[in-house]
Amino acid sequence: MIRPHDSIIVQTLGRFLIPVVQIFGLYVLFFGQYGPGGGFVGGVILGTSMILSVLIFGHDASRSQLAKKVLHGDGVGMLVYAGVGGLCMIGGGEFLNYANLEIPGLEAASRRSLGIVLTQIGVALDVAVTAVSIVFSLSTEEIIEESING
Amino acid sequence: MIFSYEILLLLLVLVTAVSAIMVKDLMSSVLLLGSYSFFLALAWACLGAVDVAFVEAVVGAGLATVLFLLTLFGTDPKDTQFRRPPRSLVKLIVFPLLGVLLLYAASDLPGFGDPSSPASVHISPTYLEQSYKDTLTPNVVTSVLMDYRSLDTMVETVVIFSAGIACALLLRRHT
Repeated sequence: MIRPHDSIIVQTLGRFLIPVVQIFGLYVLFFGQYGPGGGFVGGVILGTSMILSVLIFGHDASRSQLAKKVLHGDGVGMLVYAGVGGLCMIGGGEFLNYANLEIPGLEAASRRSLGIVLTQIGVALDVAVTAVSIVFSLSTEEIIEESING
Repeated sequence: MIFSYEILLLLLVLVTAVSAIMVKDLMSSVLLLGSYSFFLALAWACLGAVDVAFVEAVVGAGLATVLFLLTLFGTDPKDTQFRRPPRSLVKLIVFPLLGVLLLYAASDLPGFGDPSSPASVHISPTYLEQSYKDTLTPNVVTSVLMDYRSLDTMVETVVIFSAGIACALLLRRHT
């Protein structure tokens, strides 16, 4: 169990930094098609912002509830990724061939671009949830007490 | 000199890597490992692999350091003390020999950015020429990762997912 940090400097900085980190994560996620970045890095940055709120404000603070709620989304990212592949198969093509996504009014190249965005969102969700989940697994009270007592 | 930045970065990477192994305290070892990742990310960026540099900086210097530190906080100090094994003659002979062998083999590698090297004649030109027309994505790395090699990326995501599941199963004990 992580308790809230005592220092007011850390708390104020965290309150300021966490939204900035989240915005930057979203920027990296959606700008991955035009510059460096992409789903993996964007997901890690989004997960890191939630880890930061857990480290600064503790497990039970209201600001950490987002991180706790995210844990229920384990596997949603995989579902999004594989679901896009399945939609391509429903559209009559190969698995993950985004040109077969059934969206009227879009050229094949635009469909593939859209498919890249969707799968990147899937990767980012998966990575963010996994990062938060590993931190929660590592910082539960039981482990720490066990290692101290025996 | 053109490569002076690279030499400086290489020295910093070497120094941080060696000191991360040699240092006595595990906490400082973790922090040195984080700075090692950061210098390695700068080296990648110098070489033009910006996406790799980004991942290295975010994961190596950011997330992995936090995970290592949380692991250290969860362990007893007496568990993390370790004694080094004595230096054996085999290691002193074998590893320098291996280094010399690798350096000898490295002289046969193609030059940096060589257009006629095997890696840049097989399928890379097709990707570089076609990717914008095919996918409307200016970043070729993203279009290769997410479109041409999408199945690989999906299985990588499965690997990350199963790592999270395994951590939760092994470490979380709800009584």
